[in-house]
Amino acid sequence: MIGWKDIPPGMVILEAGSAMKIKTGSWRAAYRPKWIEENCIHCLLCWLYCPDNSVKVKDGKRGEFDYDYCKGCGICAVECPGKKGNKAIVMEEEVK
Amino acid sequence: MATPLNLKELSKQEIRFTAGHRLCAGCAAPTVVKMILLAACDYPVVAASSTGCLEVSSCISTYTAWKIPWIHNAFENAAATLSGVETMYRALKKQGKIDRDIKFIAICGDGGTYDIGFQSLSGAMERGHDMLYVCYDNGAYMNTGIQRSGATPTFADTTTCPAGAVIPGKPQQRKDLTRIMAAHGIPYVAQASPSHWPDLMKKVRKAIETPGAKFINIFTPCNRGWRSRTDDAILLSRLAVETCFWPLYEVENGVTRVTVKPKEKKPIVEFLKAQGRFKHIFEPGREQMIEAIQQAIDKNWERLLKEEEISASGEKAE
Amino acid sequence: MTKVVAVTGNEAVANAFRQIEPDVCAAYPITPQTELMQRFASFVSNGQVKTELILVESEHSALSACVGAAAAGGRVATATSSQGLALMWEILFIAAGFRLPIVMPVVNRALSAPINIHCDHSDAMGARDSGWIQLWSENAQEAYDNTIQAFRIAEDMDIRLPVMVCYDGFIISHSIERIEYLDDETVKSFVGDYKPLFPLLDVDNPKSFGPLILTDLYHEVRKAHSETYKKVPQVVLRVAEEFEKISGRKYGFFEAYRLEDAEIGIVILNSAAGTTKDVIDEYRQRGVKVGLLKPRLFRPFPYEEIGNALKHLKALCVLDRADAFGGSYGPLYLDIAASLCNYSQKPLLINRIYGLGGRDYMPEQAAKVIEELMEIAKTGKVGSLKEYIGVRE
Ligand SMILES: Cc1ncc(C[n+]2csc(CCOP(=O)(O)OP(=O)(O)O)c2C)c(N)n1
Ligand code: SF4
Ligand code: SF4
Ligand code: SF4
Ligand SMILES: [Mg+2]
Repeated sequence: MIGWKDIPPGMVILEAGSAMKIKTGSWRAAYRPKWIEENCIHCLLCWLYCPDNSVKVKDGKRGEFDYDYCKGCGICAVECPGKKGNKAIVMEEEVK
Repeated sequence: MATPLNLKELSKQEIRFTAGHRLCAGCAAPTVVKMILLAACDYPVVAASSTGCLEVSSCISTYTAWKIPWIHNAFENAAATLSGVETMYRALKKQGKIDRDIKFIAICGDGGTYDIGFQSLSGAMERGHDMLYVCYDNGAYMNTGIQRSGATPTFADTTTCPAGAVIPGKPQQRKDLTRIMAAHGIPYVAQASPSHWPDLMKKVRKAIETPGAKFINIFTPCNRGWRSRTDDAILLSRLAVETCFWPLYEVENGVTRVTVKPKEKKPIVEFLKAQGRFKHIFEPGREQMIEAIQQAIDKNWERLLKEEEISASGEKAE
Repeated sequence: MTKVVAVTGNEAVANAFRQIEPDVCAAYPITPQTELMQRFASFVSNGQVKTELILVESEHSALSACVGAAAAGGRVATATSSQGLALMWEILFIAAGFRLPIVMPVVNRALSAPINIHCDHSDAMGARDSGWIQLWSENAQEAYDNTIQAFRIAEDMDIRLPVMVCYDGFIISHSIERIEYLDDETVKSFVGDYKPLFPLLDVDNPKSFGPLILTDLYHEVRKAHSETYKKVPQVVLRVAEEFEKISGRKYGFFEAYRLEDAEIGIVILNSAAGTTKDVIDEYRQRGVKVGLLKPRLFRPFPYEEIGNALKHLKALCVLDRADAFGGSYGPLYLDIAASLCNYSQKPLLINRIYGLGGRDYMPEQAAKVIEELMEIAKTGKVGSLKEYIGVRE
């Protein structure tokens, strides 16, 4: 933690997005989401709804979860439409 | 060309509100912020927030989740603060010191909007600053521990209107802030919900493309304050729309339009029963309370539809 | 090139604003400040300045908008009095905490209740620990000169702090005086172009203003803030020196009037210093060694310099135009006493409260205080420490 001599004037934060240094993945308690790729239709709803930007997307295609930040809320699993009624995200017990 | 509002295209845009923020797991506020900033992705944005959950959790110590310029001044003055930023922008632009086309967006809680910040908001809107004010309405003062606000729904249990033997939660009805803002006669006012994200993003985009003062009220579930599940923020916001608890509409230059009409209006019970803050009204002998809530919703929905009809006929007559 | 004019204090300060042309000003009416921003508004309406005005719905919003505008990255000013300043209280600390160089004339007026529109210093005194630099002004000339210097002080890259310029409501704000205006070009080049620090509108380098700082860092942030004020006195002197070059008028931390060889003295702020100096002259003619100290830089308070200037006296009265209710002494008295407390040789002190709510401060009152000080100096005995003067029994 910085000492008083390093405090910027007005305590203005000059490094945008510095919150990324806080790995909120450690908050996950009981469950973590698991992606079942074969059921995924790449609708990207999980990417949009995730409050913690923990679904990676590349070139319009859904990628893995980012467990560094995922808090395990389960919203993605609830909202995932999946393929023919089979969810592409399930919540499973957290392994620490 | 404007970025199309589809997820494939939007997912290529930078999300200007990063992970690493300290909002609760499953809080809808960051999702709402993300949607707003994605809808505004074609512009540089300067934002302001009032004191509250979003503010304390997004910018703490030397860590900020904002990738855009952002200012938190105090609880009740985000609108006045941003009106100052916007005025400086106009001043410097006029002097040729800035040439960028910047958008100004305030994102504030219901306490900072309906209640303590209402004067500041009303003043800024009346003055017509070129800015969009968004309220993320979670229906209470969550940051200080779930106290009632002017946005708290009738009969909800909060820490300052706890459901007791004599007083069953908040006795009063909610303040209809969206209508009050429409009464300011500003060019654009709307209500939105993250469950209906294309509607929400279209509204944000329309708002930022419209010159002058704009206001959007966004339904923003809070699982901690509502005592609901951490995974149901989007589900609950969808139910709020489908039960007509939170109608999706806009008032554009005085013309009201309901933008999403539920195919079949669901009974309010479905919305209420998923939330611990309404648990007490399901006790036997309190049936009339649910009935009263349903009646208020029906009445408001009818009124809104009528308002839309009058609006439309007025437009035709012009 | 200067011009001599006969104008009110408000008119003079409005003219300083016109010459400086802040990028953004916020305004909300309150007597006796109202006329200042009204005059400035007519400069805006007539296109004489490039300033954008924000005509807010309250003083709370006036200062909030100033915070936003200053953080955005330009030159900002507003003005207020009394209840308006009280309503701004919360945001005063934020403006200072953010280190925003906002300039704000405070046209001193009493605080409610009871409501009163006339002069005393309870408004600015209530804000004295908010972190704003305070410059106090005896007359319209000083109000004008201080306003011009305030922008330079506030915007100095070493400090970046907001500044209040205090002058007495009605007595100075509304009375016509002969004053000397500098010409527009001289003022403009003295104040110079605005240099932003961390401008919010620099969208390519996004910054966050106003983080939550908890127990692990707040103490350090406040220590850093506190250290900043140590740099203010040098800046004030540097700016005063440069101002003397363009105006011929000399400013410092305070004015010492016939103080060097004095045995008894009076400390007093703002317009009442003028009356007091006249009475001092009369007593001097009779051989009484009396002098006066009139603080200009009240925040940060130059303890060392003021203590040094007063320590040789035998008896000293601090005249406060504000009371501190609940048993304490007037705010000016407390700082003067603190500036003397560690000297082994120091004057006996008394505190007199005068002129509340615009009550006239008359030469007889000054004379009575001097008589009392003469007695204390002679006997070494203090009757009552704190007393109202000019009050009906
Ligand atoms: C003037 C003032 N009064 C009270 C508070 C305490 N306070 C801080 S945040 C808050 C509630 C915020 O509620 P809301 O705006 O709804 O945001 P939420 O936390 O619910 O997201 C309160 C009461 C304050 N910071 N400032
Ligand atoms: S919501 Fe489900 S189907 Fe859609 S992209 Fe995510 S994992 Fe795939
Ligand atoms: S569980 Fe929650 S935080 Fe984790 S990826 Fe899904 S929506 Fe995001
Ligand atoms: S208390 Fe509610 S609003 Fe606040 S962070 Fe938690 S879920 Fe979000
Ligand atoms: Mg809230």
